Amino acid sequence: MYGNDFGVSDEPPGSDGLLQQVEAAEADLRAAADRTLSGSEGSYFDRVIAVDQRIEPRDEMPEGYRRTLIRQIAQHAHSEIIGMQPEANWITRAPSLKRKAILLAKVQDEAGHGLYLYSAAETLGVSREELVDRLLSGKQKYSSIFNYPTLTWADVGAIGWLVDGAAIVNQVALCRCSYGPYARAMIRICKEESFHQRQGFEILWVLSRGTPAQKQMAQDAVNRWWYPSLAMFGPPDSESTHSAQSMAWKIKRFSNDELRQKFVDMCVPQAEALGLTLPDPDLRWNEERGSYDFTPPDYRELMRVISGDGPCNRQRMEHRRRAHEEGAWVRAAAAAYAAKQRQRQRERERVAA
Amino acid sequence: MTAPQESRTAPGRTDDAAAAASWPLWEVFVRPRRGLAHVHVGSLHAADAATALHHARDLYTRRQEGVSIWVVPSAQITASSPDEKDAFFDPAADKIYRHPTFYQVPEGVPHL
Repeated sequence: MYGNDFGVSDEPPGSDGLLQQVEAAEADLRAAADRTLSGSEGSYFDRVIAVDQRIEPRDEMPEGYRRTLIRQIAQHAHSEIIGMQPEANWITRAPSLKRKAILLAKVQDEAGHGLYLYSAAETLGVSREELVDRLLSGKQKYSSIFNYPTLTWADVGAIGWLVDGAAIVNQVALCRCSYGPYARAMIRICKEESFHQRQGFEILWVLSRGTPAQKQMAQDAVNRWWYPSLAMFGPPDSESTHSAQSMAWKIKRFSNDELRQKFVDMCVPQAEALGLTLPDPDLRWNEERGSYDFTPPDYRELMRVISGDGPCNRQRMEHRRRAHEEGAWVRAAAAAYAAKQRQRQRERERVAA
Repeated sequence: MTAPQESRTAPGRTDDAAAAASWPLWEVFVRPRRGLAHVHVGSLHAADAATALHHARDLYTRRQEGVSIWVVPSAQITASSPDEKDAFFDPAADKIYRHPTFYQVPEGVPHL
């Protein structure tokens, strides 16, 4: 319809599997809701968690549970919002109108995901302004991955395939999170993310079947995004500070290392299908474990980038602050218009009375 | 046309800024298809009802998820309290005779 591109129907192996996992999570959610809470021992919260039901906004919950969720959901929301920037970098330079329309829709989705998540965080008693303020003041972080630059068009493909792929592995697990509003937002997001991952895969698929220079561009993008994508799962289990408690509260269902392994196992056959190489000479099948052995990412780099010293940290935050400031007049105008409408309504009611 | 002078004054701007910083929260309900009920899908912030509807369309129906949207100011919703859940719903718990399975029906009686 948009001309100079052609559709490719080949899908990354494993995408269906992920959507099926989301549906399984939804089915388990319904099944858990039918279970009755066992006994009267322990708090209401503990009994709900024990039978895998969901905690809802007005239920009693430990203060630590609330704080952990606010931090995690907020960081997740911030990541979606900041995550618009690396891809938006290519909207005006997309190679065709079709690619541009797709990329616009994808970036709009990321904004939507950020908003679903802010809404979920707000059910825990934190205000939107507070969340925005914590992002802009640097008090809360966002995913380190968005501090890397998008140097070529192939990076848009690599982000969709690897970064969104890693996000999906993480998020499919979060569809089973014990906090209802977060789990529901994740289910919705996962269904939309699967489009993101496929569009990324397809960009690389087309490039890897193009000219040698195009294939090289795809390979170069994969080389640069592979290790930062592996780092998205966070520090190794041995150094992860929040993991044990989050697992007990069923906020997290799998450890960082388990999810990272799952992601590697998923990517290897997909890379083979693409005809691209993952930049790890030690990547090989381990018969005994039934998984691939791989070189872990440089966790010192991860910590450095999270703490502000990545290639694009300053640029990302500056852009976000500027966008927020430049949008102030829109927010003010809408509020002024609403106030004026309310005023007129009151006047009409006075006249009628 | 220039804006009225008073809206440019400092106090006015402060009020605007305060209002702008805290657009009220709206709950969004979407009817997925004709014949189905509206279902709660989430919430959003908007200055007024008309913009809340537009935001809801952009946020919750990007993939044809609905044919109709309701937006309701969150502050207007009165909810039952989870703390009183047991006492509140108890009256329904001991009236099993409200369910058809409570009654024994002789074998062979049709249409019952």
